[in-house]
Amino acid sequence: MLLFLFRRLMQGLVVMFVISLISFSIQDNLGDPLREMVGQAVSEAERQQLRDELGLNDSFLTQYGRFITKAMQGDLGTSYFFKEPALDVILGKMPATLELVFAATLIIIFTSIPAGVYCAIKPNTLLTKAILGISILGISVPVFLTAIFSIYLFSIELGWLPSYGRGDELVPLLGGWETGFLTADGLKHLILPAVSLASIMLPLFIRLIRSEMVETLSTEYVKFAKAKGLKKARVYFLHALKNTMLPVITVGGVQIGTMVAYTILTETVFQWPGMGFLFLEAVNRVDTPLIVAYLIVVGGVFVVVNTLVDLIYGLINPTVKLAGGNA
Amino acid sequence: MTDSIVIDANINANVEAAPSRWQRIRQSNIWYNFTRDKVAMVSAAIFAVLFLAAMLAPLIAPTNPYDLSNVDIMDSEIAPSWSEEGEERFLLGTDAQGRDMFSTILYGARISIAIGFLAVMLQAFIGIVIGLIAGYRGGRVDNFLMRVADVQLSFSTMMVAIVVLAVFQASFGTELYSQLAMWMLILVIGIAEWPQYARTIRASVLAEKKKEYVEAARVMGFGPGRIMFRHILPNCLSPILVISTVQIANAIISEAALSFLGLGMPVSEPSLGSLISSGFEYIFSGSWWITVIPGAVLVALVLVINLLGDWLRDVLNPKIYKG
Repeated sequence: MLLFLFRRLMQGLVVMFVISLISFSIQDNLGDPLREMVGQAVSEAERQQLRDELGLNDSFLTQYGRFITKAMQGDLGTSYFFKEPALDVILGKMPATLELVFAATLIIIFTSIPAGVYCAIKPNTLLTKAILGISILGISVPVFLTAIFSIYLFSIELGWLPSYGRGDELVPLLGGWETGFLTADGLKHLILPAVSLASIMLPLFIRLIRSEMVETLSTEYVKFAKAKGLKKARVYFLHALKNTMLPVITVGGVQIGTMVAYTILTETVFQWPGMGFLFLEAVNRVDTPLIVAYLIVVGGVFVVVNTLVDLIYGLINPTVKLAGGNA
Repeated sequence: MTDSIVIDANINANVEAAPSRWQRIRQSNIWYNFTRDKVAMVSAAIFAVLFLAAMLAPLIAPTNPYDLSNVDIMDSEIAPSWSEEGEERFLLGTDAQGRDMFSTILYGARISIAIGFLAVMLQAFIGIVIGLIAGYRGGRVDNFLMRVADVQLSFSTMMVAIVVLAVFQASFGTELYSQLAMWMLILVIGIAEWPQYARTIRASVLAEKKKEYVEAARVMGFGPGRIMFRHILPNCLSPILVISTVQIANAIISEAALSFLGLGMPVSEPSLGSLISSGFEYIFSGSWWITVIPGAVLVALVLVINLLGDWLRDVLNPKIYKG
């Protein structure tokens, strides 16, 4: 177990190292920091002197070392546009994104499990065919189109739900975290983006849960449990579902990266003031420190979550050889 | 590619009159299944229509949307011809610049399909080479290559593509970038998804390389390159065919998403994604067709490819049929 944890941590460190290298080369090659600092009127000699003072003429390794040291202390540079530390800007936008992802995850869990289980238990009903048909349609509709169509239908034609932003009635929680979960207005703003974001994952999970469940239902122990006369609901949801969840968790872990990427799309369509929207704005403004900070923050979140998912998987599945050699 | 089949055919020709290619297709398992599956037939028909219409866009389209002399700004935002405000001249209406939507969509679909196919060809090439080497060599090479594939897969394609394209756009400047956009998209989508192929191929190679014919080839003194590409690869083709359909659908979606974010094809040379993107601002003013029609075409295209892929998977590999 410890060895496994250690290996996972090492892998995470390697990934973070690669991310930091990439981020640094982006910072190094994108734009000229001098041009951001001084105007045109500074002579070439002065520029050279300034370059020396700032250490821009040092070797790549020295500069990278300096970048890492600063990054370790939480200093990722100052955003050109906001004139604030880039890390603070990013972290300030993080709650909005987290709330969106959280809401979408809830929708996915509470829709895909019942739907998937139902399709497995009753394979020949009309509802099952409808669910599976919709799910293949769902796979084929890109998330931004789901978002656009739902805006068109629910905001413009029907006028039920707001089409952009998080609304004005945000309730402050501790540490500058303002939540939209506690007011009706906040929740209303959350519905469309969360459903759109959930819609990319839903078909995948419904199909996955269904197919795994079908397989589990044909195993001996399920037949035995049924033969013992246990209640059907108990067999389905306690005995069978438990073993269905293993592959679902693995796939879920892999999909987290996709989810983060799709927050960029969802946030752009709904102008949701989160990290993804901020990142795209930063790209358009060539705001290098902000781009770098986003990469490092997202990379970090990503590595942590992936490691956690692997650990959970190892804990709940005793057959996984945690310290396994050549798989 | 498939030397052995060619030789087979030659031998057959000597014994009896070899069946023509068309007859061989008609006698095959796939054709039999195909003619009995309505969904597959309808999907294939729709795909063929969309594909041909897109490829023959210059012949079919009433106007050339790239040629600005045809475009009259006075014609902007005309509704499709079947609605009340529509005009006969423009079947699907016009966009905000006065371009005919029907022509623009045909040309856009052409770009989308081209990017999808070329990107998947690149993926397949990289993935097949790496997967063959990893599976055939085994040991450390395999471990290393598959670890790299794991890491690459754990960053989702969209994430990698967005970051890479964003950085390139920021460093090239929008002007130069829009000229290179198509090739950049193909490169990025192509490189980001190779592990899908590599994993599939590796799994089949592991199963194949234990078989006698590989042993025989080795005994005959063939080099590893020849064994990998001439002997093992032809036996691993059916899973490749299956994932290729899914991958093409995914590549077309990825391209559309990237173009929608403004990181893909420019408005002057729009793909379906950039058409949807440029129409999005007008949806609030009621000009729904600029966004919705290209959106519907995109969904139809991807949907039929996915349905064909599903069907193909069931036919070629009934064992892994899970629904």
